[in-house]
Amino acid sequence: MYRYDEFDQQLVDERVTQFRRQVERRMAGELTEDQFKPLRLMNGLYLQLHAYMLRVNVPYGMLSSRQLRQLALIARRYDRDYGHFTTRQNIQYNWVSLEDTPDILAALAEVEMNAMQSSGNCVRNITADQFAGRAKDEIEDPRVWCELIRQYSILNPEFAYLPRKFKIAVTGSPNDRAAVAVHDIGLRMHHGEDGKPGFEVIVGGGQGRTPVIGKTIRGWLEPEHVLGYVEAILRIYNMYGRRDNLYKARIKILVNAVGIDKFRELVDAEWEHLRGGELTIPAEEISRIHAYFAPPEWEELPDGAATLAAQLAENETFAHWHQANVSEHKQPGYAIVTVSLKAPGREPGDLDADRMDALAELADRFSCGELRVSHRQNLVLADVRQDQLLTLWQALSALELATPNIGLLTDMIACPGLDYCALANARSIPVAQDISRHFIDVDKLQTIGNLSINISGCMNACGHHHVGNIGILGVDKRGKEYFQLTLGGASDQQASLGDRLGPALPQDEVPGAIETLVDTYLGLRQDADETFLETYRRVGITPFKTAVYGDDTSPRRVA
Amino acid sequence: MPQIVTANRLDDGRVVFLTASDDWTADINGSALAANEEQAAELLAAGARAEAACVVIAPYLIDAEAENGQIRAASIRESIRAHGPTVPYGPPT
Repeated sequence: MYRYDEFDQQLVDERVTQFRRQVERRMAGELTEDQFKPLRLMNGLYLQLHAYMLRVNVPYGMLSSRQLRQLALIARRYDRDYGHFTTRQNIQYNWVSLEDTPDILAALAEVEMNAMQSSGNCVRNITADQFAGRAKDEIEDPRVWCELIRQYSILNPEFAYLPRKFKIAVTGSPNDRAAVAVHDIGLRMHHGEDGKPGFEVIVGGGQGRTPVIGKTIRGWLEPEHVLGYVEAILRIYNMYGRRDNLYKARIKILVNAVGIDKFRELVDAEWEHLRGGELTIPAEEISRIHAYFAPPEWEELPDGAATLAAQLAENETFAHWHQANVSEHKQPGYAIVTVSLKAPGREPGDLDADRMDALAELADRFSCGELRVSHRQNLVLADVRQDQLLTLWQALSALELATPNIGLLTDMIACPGLDYCALANARSIPVAQDISRHFIDVDKLQTIGNLSINISGCMNACGHHHVGNIGILGVDKRGKEYFQLTLGGASDQQASLGDRLGPALPQDEVPGAIETLVDTYLGLRQDADETFLETYRRVGITPFKTAVYGDDTSPRRVA
Repeated sequence: MPQIVTANRLDDGRVVFLTASDDWTADINGSALAANEEQAAELLAAGARAEAACVVIAPYLIDAEAENGQIRAASIRESIRAHGPTVPYGPPT
């Protein structure tokens, strides 16, 4: 993975010193909160419901075991023994103090990590496919381009005060695991007419209160021009994006207002000035960054399929886990393992310090000392030998980290919700817990098959509810928490926004409603291969609506 | 409805409540209760002084109910602020 060079390290170290001084001035009363707030946000420090919250960047989700151990140390020393992995592949600490934050940033800098631009109206952490560099369907490793964009956008003064935050995601595979269509800019690698890999550039996607599937602004872009083209888009956004209304300031509003064709014209005119200039990435620089992501020296392993098949036949619990949590690796004899952070009754994405240490140990033993954070709030061990899967599974089971539910109904995204977040209207985590306890039967989950449930505690949609096959949105109805269901959302290569099912439900009716939706699907699907989403797209919302509400779709009266 | 003043402490961000002795406590039951608008304005002014002195951030009034010596925040949000997350967190127990 990428290692800081002397410039990266100096920049991060200097930033820690600078922030330490800013905190001292704030504590001494030399800075007011109004003056200090933008400074702390630029260093990832929010004030949430209960305390300060620090959001730490995990660039495109890549973590070394050394970094994860340091995250565990920070959780123990400065927080309450745990952290929360987010949908931007980052980690958040919920209980840090202002006084400790400079020391935390210094501890992060020791392991080449930082919290710069994890908040504020700037380019946020670039996200990527969590299977980058290992997926069998991949054209090129997206991390190379993520790292180049990271270096270009970090502390870039031209883009330090954008109208609003800006999120970029990159996939190198046709099967999109990075939700690129719901980003301000999504880059999707594909082969051009001459067979050369390049990017489809998607712009103006996003969620929040105005969800939009991004539109293609350029069908094919030579990868060496990715910085120039991103800069052209950012310039047009910086120039014309609205700054008078917080809720209309994202690029999606601009693209919708002028239309994609006009927006493309503006960007292309800007691009004409930039094309072939200093932002064209030299081949040697691409090679230099590429070298950081060179795969480990995989062993030439004999095909272990027969041994594995025997192990799976002997052990049903291992077989369940293998079916859900193990994905195909491009190198024969290896596998990609997703470690679920969605055990029944637990908070999606949370991980305690002891298990962080234990997973770092397992990464060293089984997966070249590296891990990845997925945007669905799980962790990935991407280089596991097939013949070690059973041993790894046993070790994960001992840690209660072998929940066999990746891609299944209980692999839910959930934002922190009203239990932590100052913006939320309703609690997301208890809803996720109720559902995970309700759907505890592994056989039933596997019978249901792929189904994503995404839960947000307010319309800001941090829990990606718009693109969940089933979305759950928490709303406030006269002081009570209610939950609005949507159906048919997806964030993959056929991204779509969910349709509202009917009136919002009280929390205790949500698991039952999900069960009704699932049973309706099971009754309607053509065969076991037709997923929930495929059935929904084939039959539409009516049978689901009728199953949940009967003939009564009037709003629920608040008790 | 009676009101109390809450804020977050500057140094560690913790939720605190203004007491009758112009101090701050993490225990909502220690809050000074304002029975009318005039008292509420006085409490808020004390909160503003504490903000200017870099003790707390952004003090504000919330509705509260007092019964049998216990003070309860009227809204779910403020109740969660007063008592912490409603879900377990950290290492499983």
